[in-house]
This record gives sequence, structure tokens and C-alpha cells, in this order.
Amino acid sequence: MSNKQVIRISADQIPLRQHPSTTIAVVGNPNSGKSTLFNRLTGMRQKTGNYPGVTVEKHVGVARVGDTLLKLIDLPGMFALSAHSPEERIASDVVLGRIPHMDRPAGIVAVVDATHLYQGLYLVQQLMELDLPVLVALTMTDAAEANGIRIDIEALQQRLGGITVCPVTATTGRGMNALRAALVALPETTKLVLPVFWPELSAASEELSHALPATVPRFQIQRALIDRDSELASEVVNSLGEDGEKRLAKIRQRLFGSQPPLASEARHRYNWVRDVMNQVQHSVPVVASWRSRVSAFMNRPIPGTVGLFVVMAIVFQAVFAWATPLMGAIDVGAASLGSFIAAKLPEGALASFLADGVIAGVGSVIVFLPQILILFLFIIVMEDSGYLARAAYLMDRVMRSVGLSGQSVIPMVSSFACAVPGIMATRVIPNRRDRIATILAAPYMTCSARLPIYALLIAAFIPAKQLGILNLQGIVLFGLYMLGIVFGLLTALILRKTALRGPKPTFALMLPEFRRPNLNSVLMQLFGRAMIFLKRAGTVIFSVAVVVWALSYYPRSAEVQNNFAERQAHAAEIVSGQSLVSAMAQIKNEAEAAQLEQSWLGRAGKVIEPAFTPLGWDWKISMAVIAGFPAREVVVAVLGTVYAVGNQADEATLVKRLRSATRPDGTPVFTIPMVIGLLVFYACCLQCAATLAIIKRETNSWRWPLFAWTYMTSIGYLGALLVFQLWSP
Amino acid sequence: MTLASLKRGRKYVIQGVASTDPDVQRLMVMGLVEGTEMELASSAIGGDPIEFRMFGNAISLRREQAQHFVVSPAKEDE
Repeated sequence: MSNKQVIRISADQIPLRQHPSTTIAVVGNPNSGKSTLFNRLTGMRQKTGNYPGVTVEKHVGVARVGDTLLKLIDLPGMFALSAHSPEERIASDVVLGRIPHMDRPAGIVAVVDATHLYQGLYLVQQLMELDLPVLVALTMTDAAEANGIRIDIEALQQRLGGITVCPVTATTGRGMNALRAALVALPETTKLVLPVFWPELSAASEELSHALPATVPRFQIQRALIDRDSELASEVVNSLGEDGEKRLAKIRQRLFGSQPPLASEARHRYNWVRDVMNQVQHSVPVVASWRSRVSAFMNRPIPGTVGLFVVMAIVFQAVFAWATPLMGAIDVGAASLGSFIAAKLPEGALASFLADGVIAGVGSVIVFLPQILILFLFIIVMEDSGYLARAAYLMDRVMRSVGLSGQSVIPMVSSFACAVPGIMATRVIPNRRDRIATILAAPYMTCSARLPIYALLIAAFIPAKQLGILNLQGIVLFGLYMLGIVFGLLTALILRKTALRGPKPTFALMLPEFRRPNLNSVLMQLFGRAMIFLKRAGTVIFSVAVVVWALSYYPRSAEVQNNFAERQAHAAEIVSGQSLVSAMAQIKNEAEAAQLEQSWLGRAGKVIEPAFTPLGWDWKISMAVIAGFPAREVVVAVLGTVYAVGNQADEATLVKRLRSATRPDGTPVFTIPMVIGLLVFYACCLQCAATLAIIKRETNSWRWPLFAWTYMTSIGYLGALLVFQLWSP
Repeated sequence: MTLASLKRGRKYVIQGVASTDPDVQRLMVMGLVEGTEMELASSAIGGDPIEFRMFGNAISLRREQAQHFVVSPAKEDE
């Protein structure tokens, strides 16, 4: 071990102090205040990555205590070492030292929420058996006292075999210095005397250890006995040789009888935990705070549900209303930067590439940032305050009717801003079938990229008639939102009855007390998630924007260019002043429309046109739709170009042009059935490469994104076909 | 009686777990084992899922899952 360190240091010539050589794992129950503590200890010196082969986020940070640097790993929240979800599996694999290319941590900080001592101590005793130095950080002692519980720290230390217990309040920083000092001392801590939780189990693993090579540590044998189906168990069986399986089975029979080992383990351990709690926990008089009174009221069924709808309405309002001015500003900014560059550079491929490819591409990524940030902000605040769990609990009944659980609510709601963060949020769902069903339902939710085309078509073709207090345009927009929700839920239902059939998801959720989120922690998480969005979605959306630009720009026709140059020259002879400027612009827009018509994209539109004729579309719409497949938000810009009003045209001009668009025989292209069909198509179709990429990532296979794309495109096509064919005279 | 039929304002103790289903084992790992004191706190609209108090902490279960836990009223030792 020490040899290895010396070599590493001489290899990269970095002074010893700058290189944290000791890793300490931060472990705790979900919502134990673990991440807040981690953020407090590491500040901005942290990195987010992924564990190999799984979509579990890995948070690593460096804590500085005086001259010592310690590497901290913030593990996903867990109740026990027996894995229930991918997150829990990773967390236990890290502390067991079973992650490839990752050293086992030198010590463990067990974060225990003083108000959840019962479950906290369960995990602590499992961690103490792992042959690693353990230190307990006891959080929320203030909240515990407010709830009428005082914990005798000394007695607790004693019952835990003398390990250090540091009471901390991560939000105010109380107790942090003592914790830091204990952290530095942790790796050197001598082995502790384990309190005996279950003598028979210890004896059985002792007995087995004689039959096993000395390299297999005792704690592995113990876990192997309990976790029958784990990798650890099969390793132990293998090293036992021929009758290994039989031998283990015999010992298990003796220890657990007919009971599942996990159940027996839980019974024994919680017996011990209750005993400890009786000794270390004392009641103090409760002061009924306004917070607990509010929370008691909001926990009642009807106020709770009404409250949830109010919260959802506020989130929606914020995501759409607050973000709109910012998004407008980004749009205008990108457009004017684009035209500025186009004006400065000589006309040609480079100018067009920079203005319509690069800047428009970057713009189309950051235009989503305001919404995403606001949405993330709300989700993080809801998560940290404990409200998210309550929302899942309140909505469970509704989601159950489509075969899901309450935990699918938040991913679905997030998808109204953007399916990418929505799909990322499905990680909280432990059941894989549930999770995939939710992932496939999420892209149906009306995301913000669908709004521009909805707005354009509704403004152009749906009369602004008042129907009582309702407006027809509003009704259509609402209908499109409902369509997305209904189709999404139906998708989940159908999948749960067919490809993802399985036992009904269970729903057991700890409902945390309401607590005030820590600003620092919220901002840090917000920053982290925004970066993930920019990296994952940004690269995809940007490359797609550049590719679409290239397809719509090339090949350039010299003939078209000459033709329009002649027309411009002619115009210059017969008109002058302001009317010349607008004539020139008009000719330029028409030239671009003609170029687009003969570009790869335009040709593709014409090739594909027959496929879309039954939906009432001409080649221009077919082309815009194709261009929108990788990223639906480009559609309005493409329509602007093809209808020769320029790609930055204001909506009113484009609306006018769309209304007057005719077929060669003089009939209008945009009829009500065709427009409604087109809207249905947009509502259903999965036109977003970023979503496909994230589905691939989160399901670890191409099967689901391919299925989602094919299925949603077919539904969109069929929907548009039915509307157009049945409605058209 | 089972956990699904508690009355508000009384304390109950889990007496037995009538299932070896992995999801029920999970609940046991979360603390629902023989000897644990439970209280009814609230429920969502329609009475399902149910919210309980376990050592002062709120935990919610679906009615169906709650039925696997046999309980009896706790002796009032005050």
C-alpha cells in the first residue's frame, strides 16, 4: 500500500499535500442530510461522474483539514447493505471494495439523522461489521429536540463499541470542526470491539472461515450467508469447493429456518436497535412549532391534495411565465449576433455556417436553460424540503391505475419542460419495469420545444373565438397538453400489461419532515444538474443543429444565385430608397427559398412527400417535419425559410404566408383538418435526438430508444392520418 | 388484525409478518418487524396509500402491503 503511494507521487511530480491519498466514504439513509454534509465538507472541490456500466451518479470531493486533504465519496442513500436498487447496490459495492478499478475506502462516515435513529442504527451496525473504521455523524439533533427527543451521545458511543459520534448541524456548521478532526484521525483509528448483534451468525461465519482461504474476510462470509443470490455468495461457494452449495445451505437452514435470511437479519438487528434506543433516547417536552402544525394540516388527504395541485400550478407558472422573457432575450440575442456576423462577413458558406449553423445551434441549446434551471430549482427545493416524497405519496393512487407508482409523478411533471431532465429524474424509481414504463411515457408530455410550433399553427389557423369564458385557441392548446398526458399514461399502461408485465410495483416511502432547504446545497446541486444537461443534451442538440444546417445549405445552385442576382440588379434600376431595401430583402428571401428547395433537405422533402400526401401535407411541410426529427425546435425556422420570409421572420409575417399558401391547383394547403392533424403529429412524435440519447443512456440499450421512436412516430402518423381523412370533406 | 385496519390515536405493535415476498422483506429491512410500534397518521384521498408513524417517523405503504403485517394494540404502560 505505502509502496504504491510513493510510486504514484514520483510519477506525476505533484507535491504530497496536494494529493489526497485517503478515501473516506460518506454513507447514510436517504434524506439523512448526507449530501448537505458532504457539500459542507468539500465545498466547491467536487466532481460528478458515473460508476462504470451503470447510470448511478458518483460524487467525489476533497475535504481540506489543516494540511491534510481527504478524498470523500458521497454514496447514494441506502437503508441496508442488501441491495434493492442500482443505487444501493453501488453504495454497498463501494464499501465492500467491489467496484472495479476503485480502491476500497479507508474509512466510513455513517451519517445518521437523529430523528431517524431507528433506521440509521440499522445501517450503522452493518457498516461496523465491515472491518473498516467507522465514525458516526449525527445530524438534525436540533430537529430531534424540537420533536421531543434528546440523544445521549456518550451512551450511544458506548453502545457502539466506542466509535466516535459527532453531533453536527450541517446547515449552521455547528460541530463541523470536531467532525473534521475526527475525519483526519479516522483511518488511523484502531479496530473497534464489535458489539455482538447476533451471536449465532458470528459463530457460523467463524466456523466457515476455517474452511476458506484467509483472503476471504469475515464480513464477506457473513454477507454471503445472508445475501443468498449475491455475487459474494457464489464466490464463497466456489472457494468452498465441491459441496460448497450444500454446506452453505445447511448453515442457512440452521440459522434462518424457513424464514428468508433478510427477514431474519432484520428481526435480529432491529431487536438490538430498539434496545440501544431505549437506552440512549430520552424524551424532552415538545414545543409545537408552526411548522409541525402546518405539516400536520397539509398531511390530511384533502388539504394535501389541493396543496399539491397549487404547488404544481406554481411550478408550471414559473417554468413558463418566468422563463419566457429570458428565452425571448436569448432568442433575440442569438438572432442579432447571427445577423451581425452575417453582415460583417462576405456572403457565403462561412457566414451562413456561423450564423445559421453555429450560433443558431448554440442558441437552441441555451434557450432551454432558463426553463431547465427554474424547473431544476423547484425540484431540488422540493426534494430537499421533503415535499417530493409527499407528492409521490399523494399521487400514488392515480399512477397505480396505469400500473405505475407515485414515484413516476415527478419525472412526468419535469418532462413538461424537457423530457431529458424528466428521464434523468426516473432514477429515483427502484423498480426497473416501472422505470422504463415511465421513461417511455415521459416524451409524450408536452415539452417546451413543442410550444413554438403549437403557438404558430394555433395563431394562424384556429379562430380566436370566445366560448363563454374560454377561448377556442386556449382550448386547442389545452387539448394538446391533455392529449400528451393521456397518450403518455396509456403508453405506460399498455407497456405494463405487455412487454413490462410484472408484479404490481410496491410503494414504501419514508416521508421526511418538512425542512428548510440549505441555499448553498441547493445552488450547488442546481449547478451540477445544469452542467449535466448542457453536456448531455447540449452536445446532441448542437450537432443536430449543424447537421440540419448543412443539409439545408448544400448543394448551392449557381443558377439560382445568378438568376436572383439578375433580379436584384433589375430591381436596383427601377426602384430606389426604402422600397429598394425591402425589394432586395424580398428577393434575397426568395433566393434562399429556391436554394432550400433544391438542397438535400428540400429534395428529401420532395422524395418523402408521397408518404405524407395522405395527411394533406405538401413537400414544404414534409421537409420541415423531416428537419425537425433530430430536434423539433428547428421547425419554425425551416418554415420561415421555405416560405421565403427569412428564418428569423416575426410570427405575424409567417402566419400571413402560411394562410395564403396554396397548392398548384389553387386550393389552400393549410386546412383545419390538416392543421389539427399536424398538431396531433407534433404532440405524439418523438422528434428529439437528445431524448433518444438519454433513453439509450438510462436504459443501457438501443432497444428502448428505437422502440420509442418507431412507436411514437407511428402513433403520430396514424393520428394525423385519421384526423385528416375523417375530417376532410 | 393487520396494519391496514388501525384506528387513529392508538398505538399498535407488529406481531408477525405473514409473507416472505421480497418486497415485504424490504419493508422489514426498513424497520417493520415484530416488536415495532406503529401508529396511523393519515392517508391519501381514498384511504390509500396509508401513512404511519414508526418511532416518530412517517412511512407510507399501500393498503395491500400493510395487510401483510399482523398487529395488536399496544399495552398502555402509562
